[in-house]
Amino acid sequence: MALTREQLAQRVARELQDGYYVNLGIGIPTLVANYVPKGIEVMLQSENGLLGMGPFPTEDEIDADMINAGKQTVTAAKGASIFSSAESFAMIRGGHVDLTVLGAFEVDVAGNIASWMIPGKLIKGMGGAMDLVAGADNIIVTMTHASKHGESKLLTKCSLPLTGAGCIKKVVTDLAYIEIADNKFWLKERAPGVSVDDIIRLTEGELVVPDVVPEMTF
Amino acid sequence: MAGFNKIVGSYSEAMAGLEDGMTIIAGGFGLCGIPENLISEIKRKGCRDLTIVSNNCGVDGFGLGILLEDKQIKKMVSSYVGENKLFEQQLLAGELEVELTPQGTLAEKMRAGGAGIPAFYTATGYGTPIGEGKEVREFNGRNYILEEAITGDFAIVKAWKADCYGNLVFRHTAQNFNPMAATAGKITVVEVEEIVELGALDPAHIHTPGIYVDRLILGSFEKRIEQRTVRSA
Repeated sequence: MALTREQLAQRVARELQDGYYVNLGIGIPTLVANYVPKGIEVMLQSENGLLGMGPFPTEDEIDADMINAGKQTVTAAKGASIFSSAESFAMIRGGHVDLTVLGAFEVDVAGNIASWMIPGKLIKGMGGAMDLVAGADNIIVTMTHASKHGESKLLTKCSLPLTGAGCIKKVVTDLAYIEIADNKFWLKERAPGVSVDDIIRLTEGELVVPDVVPEMTF
Repeated sequence: MAGFNKIVGSYSEAMAGLEDGMTIIAGGFGLCGIPENLISEIKRKGCRDLTIVSNNCGVDGFGLGILLEDKQIKKMVSSYVGENKLFEQQLLAGELEVELTPQGTLAEKMRAGGAGIPAFYTATGYGTPIGEGKEVREFNGRNYILEEAITGDFAIVKAWKADCYGNLVFRHTAQNFNPMAATAGKITVVEVEEIVELGALDPAHIHTPGIYVDRLILGSFEKRIEQRTVRSA
């Protein structure tokens, strides 16, 4: 069975480490916050200028001046700090954020990522995604392994305009956990009940498959 | 105006001198921390062919979105413009130009503009369509693109508290692009929720020193929420 959105978030959450400053993108990455392993502390960075994002507010706590990068009302956690957009991207671009998790349309064996623009469709903008992928050393991409029509999103070469070049090393899809190195995809784990053959069939770029591919457990 | 007192008495005075074809840098992120009354004044004045530098373009009927209604905007420089139907229509009809700029690069362009730095190198956008046609230089084995600073004829800013000298404090995440915008205008106009007595603000806690501020006006604000998200108590 392919992973659900929640399971995908759970798998990504296992990459969190105590003391990590983490930026979570919109969509599945946001769900990662619900699965922070017990006994560790992480701090969430929101690129509109908040380090230490808390939960959504109660009705009574709602404040129009307190939002996250998805423009949702949020709260500040204890120990949070608030700052300007320039300061926020100094943190990001300067490599101070320990982990960035974001979605994508495609990734390729060279670690390129395409996530912001589909030519011919309306282009809304890249927001902070280009800064995030350029600044972070540790990035996890979350996405479905293939499109609804069965077209692979793990490619030899991205077909869509890039968000960043040569910056992605880890991908968690609904079928597998894959690392990128030496111009190849390396299969590390598979979703429960998903066969290696299915993963090979839906991975267009060169995939290195070890003798044993452990199954994720939940 | 007496000495360092930046207070003006009306919105028309606050935006006096704005003309067709000018560039305006605006603070705000989404609808958070936007100078909503200064934007309304720009609509009232009816200036056209404006270039607006702002992370977003408001929504239909609120924020910078209202300047689209009478086609006052010629060009937007933004990182994300997805919240606005009228924007989409005018873009597709070729009536509006958009220069998409990565969010961190946009913030830094404003910061650099205000700080007298004409351009800077950044890795953001290298190898993407944003880097095309821009100078590339290698530092320590990594490629960077040259991005130019932005300044505006006007900067419009929303702050929380100010004293009459224009020292500013922002509230929560309504800070966002406002401090950089404040530095990057030839004329910087700030609207605030409260003007306090001189000396009431702790000098060490001021976000934007008054030297950047030319005009200051007390406003009242709707503060519309874009994505109202709650948890149960």
